[in-house]
Amino acid sequence: MLVVDVEKTLGNFRLSARFAGETGATALFGPSGAGKTSLINMIAGLVRPDRGRITLDDDVLFDSATRVDLPAWRRRIGYVFQDGRLFPHLSVKHNLTYGRWMSGHRVDDADFTRVTELLDIGPLLGRRPGRLSGGERQRVAVGRALLMRPRLLLLDEPMASLDTRRKQEILPYLQRLRDDANVPIVYVSHDAAEVKALATRVVMLDSGRIVSAGGVDLL
Amino acid sequence: MPHLTPEDWTAIALSLRIAVVATLVSLPFGIAIAMLLARAQFWGKSLIDAAVYLPLVLPPVVTGYLLLITLGRRAPVGAFLADHFGIVFSFRWTGAVISCGVMAFPLMVRAIRLSIEAIDGRLEEAAGTLGADRLWVFATITLPLMLPGIIAGMMLAFARALGEFGATITFVSNIPGETQTISAAIYTLTQVPGGDRAALSLVVVAICISLAALLASEWLARRASARIHGL
Repeated sequence: MLVVDVEKTLGNFRLSARFAGETGATALFGPSGAGKTSLINMIAGLVRPDRGRITLDDDVLFDSATRVDLPAWRRRIGYVFQDGRLFPHLSVKHNLTYGRWMSGHRVDDADFTRVTELLDIGPLLGRRPGRLSGGERQRVAVGRALLMRPRLLLLDEPMASLDTRRKQEILPYLQRLRDDANVPIVYVSHDAAEVKALATRVVMLDSGRIVSAGGVDLL
Repeated sequence: MPHLTPEDWTAIALSLRIAVVATLVSLPFGIAIAMLLARAQFWGKSLIDAAVYLPLVLPPVVTGYLLLITLGRRAPVGAFLADHFGIVFSFRWTGAVISCGVMAFPLMVRAIRLSIEAIDGRLEEAAGTLGADRLWVFATITLPLMLPGIIAGMMLAFARALGEFGATITFVSNIPGETQTISAAIYTLTQVPGGDRAALSLVVVAICISLAALLASEWLARRASARIHGL
C-alpha cells in the first residue's frame, strides 16, 4: 500500500497532501494547477518534498525526519508520462526492454509477450518512436513502464495529448491494465468521464489541498 | 596536375596523423568539459569557460609561445615530464598534436556543448524512473543523443588541426619528417623563388582532404540526426 503525507512550497503555491493508495486504480482528480503532477513526481522521486513521508508497502521512499530519500532509479515505480517520453534513438523493442536491462535482469519472454499482447504493440516492435502515432506511442510508454515490473504504476494524464478518437482507442487497454496487470495504479486526470471509466478510488485535489477522497460516486 | 615528391607525401602522412591523433585524444576531454559547461553550476565556471575559448581569440603564435614556455624542454612542466617520464614534446610530432589539439579544442567543445544543451532533460528523467543510475543515463541516453554534436565537433577539430600553422611552427618548429605538416611545407616552398609552383600540388591535396572530411561528416551528421529524432 502507498501512503503519502507531504508538503512542498513552490513559489506562491503550497502543496500539502495526505492520502493512501490501495490496490486497483486511484485517481488524483482536479483542475490543472491543483498540484496533481507535482504529487506523483514526489512519489516517483523526481521532485523532493520539503517535509513529509512516503512509504510503499514496507519500504520508506522518503522521510524528512530520518533523512531518507531513495533516488528515482532505486524506487522501482513505473511512470507513464503525459508526453510518452520514449527514447527517440532506440527502437520500440529496446524502449520496452530498457527497464529490465537497467535492472540487470534478462527480459522474461513470457512477460514480454503478455505485455505486448495486452497493449497490442507486437507489430510496432521494429519501428522507431518518431514513426508512431500518438496513441501507439502512449501504449508503448505504458508497456515500457509495465515491463520493468514496477511495484506501483503512475500515469500522468496519459491521454491528454490524444484526440477523442485516440482516447477511445487507448481507454480499453488501460481498463485491461487495471484488471489484469495486478499492479496498483495512481492515475492523474482532470477529466471526470475518464476517471469514472478507470478509477476504483478518487482523491480530489484543488489548489494544493485534498478536498475529498472516496469512491467513484464522488464525481 | 603537378606530381607529388616523396617529401610532399611525408608531409601529407604526417598532417593526417597529427590531425587524427589530436582529434581523438582531445575528444574525451572535449566531452567532459562540454558536459561541465553545459550542465554544472560551480564557482569559477566563467573562468573555465573563458580559458577554453581563449585559443580561438588569441593569435596562434601567442598560443604556440605559451606552449613553448610551459611544455618546452627547459620549461617547468616540460622539464618535469622529460625528467620523470621521459616525455618530450618540443620538436616532436607529439608536440604538434598538442598544439593542434589546443587550437582545435574550443571548436570541439562548442559543438558538443550545443548538442548537450539541445537534449530534452525529461528523457533522462524517464530513464531514471526505469532504473538507470546517473552513469547509465549518461551512457545510454545522453551520449547517444549528443552524437551529432560529437561528429560536428570532431570534424571541426580535424579541419582546424589540419590547417593549424602558427601555434605549431612556434612550438615545435618546421622539421621535415617530424613536425612539417602540409601547411608548413607549403609555407617553406613559397619562401623559395619559384616554389609556388611546387606548392600547388600540396594545395590541391589540402583542398581534397578538407572537402572529403566535410562530405563525410555531413553524411554522418545527417544519419545521426535522423536517428536521434526517432526516424
